Amino acid sequence: MSKRIFYVLGVLVVLGMLLAACGNSGQSSNAPQAVKTVIVTVQAKGGSNTPSGYGATLKAVKERGHLICGVNSELPGFGYVDDQGNYKGFDVDYCHALAAAIFGDPSKVEFRPLTAKERFTALQTGEIDVLIRNTTWTLTRDTDLGTNFAATTFYDGQGIMVRKDSGIKKLEDLEGAKICVATGTTTELNLADQMAAHNIDYTPVVYEKADQVYGAYDEGRCDAVTSDRSQLVSRRTTLKNPADNVILDVTLSKEPLGPVVRQGDDQWFDIVNWVVFATFTGEEFGITSKNVDDVKANTKNPNIRKFLGLEGEMGQKLGLSNDWAYNIIKMVGNYAEIYNRNLGPDTPFNLPRGLNSSWKDGGLLYAPPIR
Amino acid sequence: MNETSIPFWRDERVLKWVAQIVFLIATLAFLWYLYHNMITALAQRGLLPSFHFLSLTAGFDIGQHLISYSRNSTYGRAFIVGILNTLEVSAVGIVFATILGIIVGVMRLSTNWLINKIASLYIEIIRNVPLLVLLVFWYTGVFLQMPRLKEAKFLPGPTIISNRGIAMPWGKPTATWHTYLYILLIGLILAAIVWWRLTLIGKRTGRTPLVSAWSTLTFLGMAVLGWLALTLFAHQAPLAPDLPYIKGLRTVGGLELTPEFMALFSGLVFYTAAFIAEVVRAGIQSVSKGQIEAARALGLNGFQTLRLVVFPQALRVIVPPMTSQYLNLTKNSSLAVFIGFPDLYSVAGTIHNQTGRAVEVTTLMMAVYLSFSLVTSVFMNWYNKKIRLVER
Repeated sequence: MSKRIFYVLGVLVVLGMLLAACGNSGQSSNAPQAVKTVIVTVQAKGGSNTPSGYGATLKAVKERGHLICGVNSELPGFGYVDDQGNYKGFDVDYCHALAAAIFGDPSKVEFRPLTAKERFTALQTGEIDVLIRNTTWTLTRDTDLGTNFAATTFYDGQGIMVRKDSGIKKLEDLEGAKICVATGTTTELNLADQMAAHNIDYTPVVYEKADQVYGAYDEGRCDAVTSDRSQLVSRRTTLKNPADNVILDVTLSKEPLGPVVRQGDDQWFDIVNWVVFATFTGEEFGITSKNVDDVKANTKNPNIRKFLGLEGEMGQKLGLSNDWAYNIIKMVGNYAEIYNRNLGPDTPFNLPRGLNSSWKDGGLLYAPPIR
Repeated sequence: MNETSIPFWRDERVLKWVAQIVFLIATLAFLWYLYHNMITALAQRGLLPSFHFLSLTAGFDIGQHLISYSRNSTYGRAFIVGILNTLEVSAVGIVFATILGIIVGVMRLSTNWLINKIASLYIEIIRNVPLLVLLVFWYTGVFLQMPRLKEAKFLPGPTIISNRGIAMPWGKPTATWHTYLYILLIGLILAAIVWWRLTLIGKRTGRTPLVSAWSTLTFLGMAVLGWLALTLFAHQAPLAPDLPYIKGLRTVGGLELTPEFMALFSGLVFYTAAFIAEVVRAGIQSVSKGQIEAARALGLNGFQTLRLVVFPQALRVIVPPMTSQYLNLTKNSSLAVFIGFPDLYSVAGTIHNQTGRAVEVTTLMMAVYLSFSLVTSVFMNWYNKKIRLVER
């Protein structure tokens, strides 16, 4: 008898949650009103653990004394843990740049390794301050997830990797193929879209983590593996015989990757944006971590003087110190340095700059003026 | 006249009620607080709960689906695909885990030293290894190590074994398949009638005929006769053989079992069977020795003793813990996500990701697993009651 009561209670609770959820959806037209009230109550209460509202994130970060950055931990070149246990990579360097801009100390970062699936929830719930984890900017994610995408740091496209001996040369050769893919990525959707557009019958094999995806591909579970081209290049180096695998000359999609922040804190959004722009600007001006002190001492160019905090109080407008950009360049480097350190010719990836060149070299990197 | 009336604050009956009401209110308040907290946090980001997304186009493909599904289907349908995949592997898993569990459980009690030790070794090893490790072992250690498709092994049938899975011959329904289903239904009804009549006769005469044997025989007889009749008179067997063959990058035709399904299935069956074996052993040992000795004294052989005397009494002890093993198996199937089998948890994870609707998807998922468990429990409780009556 008592058992039955528990069943009934359990079912009631679940039903109640469902009903409540449905009931609320009906009122979604009143959402802005509700949001307002909620923000007021939260402020009256003295804030919750999720910083929200203008300036709240920066304040929380400063009070905490370090930045919490959501990163990838399994993608060599972008975000991974090296043999000393340190986080390294292109995305990781942007976390350092952000910390340098805020604290003048690039080491004040706590890294949270996240899977593709966990990342947005971690950001939404305030577990991390910023998500820099090779995340593609799409309309749905920008709107539905309550997130804002800052300036793109890496222009990528989705590619397909196959074994050389498979004889697969183009997309149509993949008829009937099994294709390994990671869950929770735009890759999964692009693959479905492109295959439907070309009327190719295939079977996706979906895994939770990148290690599983490439592990299964390496064991021969799949004929092909698909992801962003940069990721394929990076992960190819971890396969048993990297030379036996070839990345097809097809690009399935546009994948602009960049940092992501929560909606509702425009100051924080601005800071992240301008930290990215500062690295672009550094390259445009030809200022590197090596010559930055020289330039700072000798320059007469007003634009560079504003950039390095010698005039104009640019940093204060962002809520930072005026030498914010100087710190980024000095401690982390400009875009070219960050790129070459992690993905350039001296690394196993040797990834050509391509679209990720400065606009002066025919690429897409173009920073609005800092003035 | 009523000078001994106790003040209500010392009346135990009142106090009990008050305590329960306070507890209830506190629990509800706590739940409400959690709910309110969640809604507040979501509203801050403009994410008020809504199930509207279920009717939107999913846009992703699923590797295995029991009902038709493509990227143009809705999230709702994707969810159902996940549910069916979970149900498939759980249902098949429960059947095989039970069979294997009973066999190992009986082996464990064998007086033959070798058989006994083999069973003990199996139980001790499997029970003490986490299921996830077993799953990964089956997946990467066994099924992904099969030969490549180009060097696939052919077993008679043909059954094609490769690291793309196992393809085996299967039946393809033909035009007469529907008629055959009706014949099977009639067979089922006839079998039920036979079962009912024989039970009545048994009760009247006191000599129980082989009820189950005769009714099964009736059903099988109908099945065979129907098949022959359709083949002879309609010139078409209800099922045409569907043989697998290799075409390009895959096998076509037959029944295809993917490595993910096989690994999940094997992992769940071997793992759960070890526990079921112990349940069965405990059940059998709970039957008093006198019963077995009496059965032997009546001249029943070992198998008869087990079937007619031991098992009916052991079931009483076996069924309740068996229920929780079945529930475990169903819930454990959510570990499929680690080896790439598109079960409910895996598909729901993708939906959660594409839509960002964490709360709604998780709620739905909980509701589904809860209903699975409740249905299993209800059925097992019914069965438990039934064997109790028989036992009395």
